[in-house]
Amino acid sequence: MPDIWSLYNDKVMEHFKNPRNVGEIEDPDGVGHVGNLVCGDVMELYIKVKDGIIVDAKFKTFGCAAAIATSSMVTEMVKGKRIEEALKISNKAVVEALDGLPPAKVHCSVMAEDALKAAIEDYLEHQKLKRQI
Amino acid sequence: MRRIYLDHAATTPTHPEVVKAMLPFFTDAFGNPSSIHSYGQEAKGAVEEARTKVAELIGARSEEIVFTSGGTEADNYALKGIAYANEHKGNHIITTSIEHHAVLEVCKFLGRRGFKVTYLPVDKYGLVDPQDVRKAITDKTILISVMHANNEVGTIEPVEEIGKIAREAGVYFHSDAVQTVGHIPVNVAELKVDLLSISAHKLYGPKGVGALYVRKGTKSVSLMHGGEQEKRRRAGTENVPAIVGLGKAVELAGQEIGKEAERLAYLRDKLIEGLVGKLDHIRLNGHPTRRLPNNVNLSVDFVEGESMLLNLDLEGICASTGSACSSASLEPSHVLLALGLPAEQAHGSLRFTLGRENTEADVERVLDVLPGIVARLRAMSPLLKTQK
Repeated sequence: MPDIWSLYNDKVMEHFKNPRNVGEIEDPDGVGHVGNLVCGDVMELYIKVKDGIIVDAKFKTFGCAAAIATSSMVTEMVKGKRIEEALKISNKAVVEALDGLPPAKVHCSVMAEDALKAAIEDYLEHQKLKRQI
Repeated sequence: MRRIYLDHAATTPTHPEVVKAMLPFFTDAFGNPSSIHSYGQEAKGAVEEARTKVAELIGARSEEIVFTSGGTEADNYALKGIAYANEHKGNHIITTSIEHHAVLEVCKFLGRRGFKVTYLPVDKYGLVDPQDVRKAITDKTILISVMHANNEVGTIEPVEEIGKIAREAGVYFHSDAVQTVGHIPVNVAELKVDLLSISAHKLYGPKGVGALYVRKGTKSVSLMHGGEQEKRRRAGTENVPAIVGLGKAVELAGQEIGKEAERLAYLRDKLIEGLVGKLDHIRLNGHPTRRLPNNVNLSVDFVEGESMLLNLDLEGICASTGSACSSASLEPSHVLLALGLPAEQAHGSLRFTLGRENTEADVERVLDVLPGIVARLRAMSPLLKTQK
């Protein structure tokens, strides 16, 4: 186990200690469920959308400190964003917002991006179905 | 904040008396043991005194002890030394799926170079079945390597029975005893081992020094070629201060071995029973009784090990985990998987390994702090809901 103080920077540790937006949204407009247990990372991201804008986002994550911090950060980043803007949020942007992650932990940020995309796709899928009805 | 160190299987603090014993050999008694003059003689004398102490602790003869740079070198020397000295007799090696990487990676290396390696499975407690060892032996088998006790889950292997089988079959037997020497009684004659690995920093000695017991008459080749140190079995000027430190560490360990094991086993059981009593969905990994006196390894459902570890560290409690997230590989502990644990339980493992400076208050502090951490992490776990 490497020394944690050189492993994670202050911002990552702050989000790990006080993660924002933990929980589920009742009656969400989109849910993204990604990750797998073999790798030890599972993330669920819930979004609430109003007039094409993400008005709320929450998450539940099983994973390491980097997984929890990126989950927390990505939910902060999407709130108030239009769907098309939110789709442009990359894992790199999440890592930058956290002032960086150790190289071995960058894959955790990919999970955050994937969860966000999955939640938005889920939302768009529901919209399509609604229009068809 | 007072820090509580509960990771003694990783390393131990060097005992102050060990440091004191080492110090003169950096300065006043700095001689090279190969030198003829008085400086050389005093260094040589110190190295031989340490050799005698190590031999005495494990019931060996002093000429059967070879000093190395640590447990990893001892394991490498044991396996490669036997393999390359005996390849005319056969190319088959038997080991287990739960060995330390210092054995497993050597076996993989040899496997890529024409040796055939059998990796024996273990039961759910991490025990190797001696009958599996017997059945795996062929006329090509030249070496069996089974660790004395597992570093992650603390299970103590039936090394004595395996040693008997190996000796009857005329096959060399190596045991990695890095986790047991100085902690529980180890006697090479009783265990019937031909080779046995020791590391100083696991028993309150310095890092960078260890030893391999090589039974008289064992055919082996050296890994290090150069000068004639260690009776040509390990070239290179001896690390005199470290060797003296190892000698002092085994001397101190020998004086208190039974009493300290009893004290630690009490704290271990208090910690296990306390956590199992306070938390649901938690289980002990490893054997309930055939277990190192200082080892607690638990799987906590629905939460990931590194998150627990960092939260504990923020409270000043230093432990370890078998979760992939704490390593570069992304794969959970090979030991926990070999015990049959599903991946998520391997990721949710926590290891506490107690030591000399730990007290009952330390155990109580963990019992106070961990349930809150687990509750907080479980509240953000998507797995808990799935299970409901």
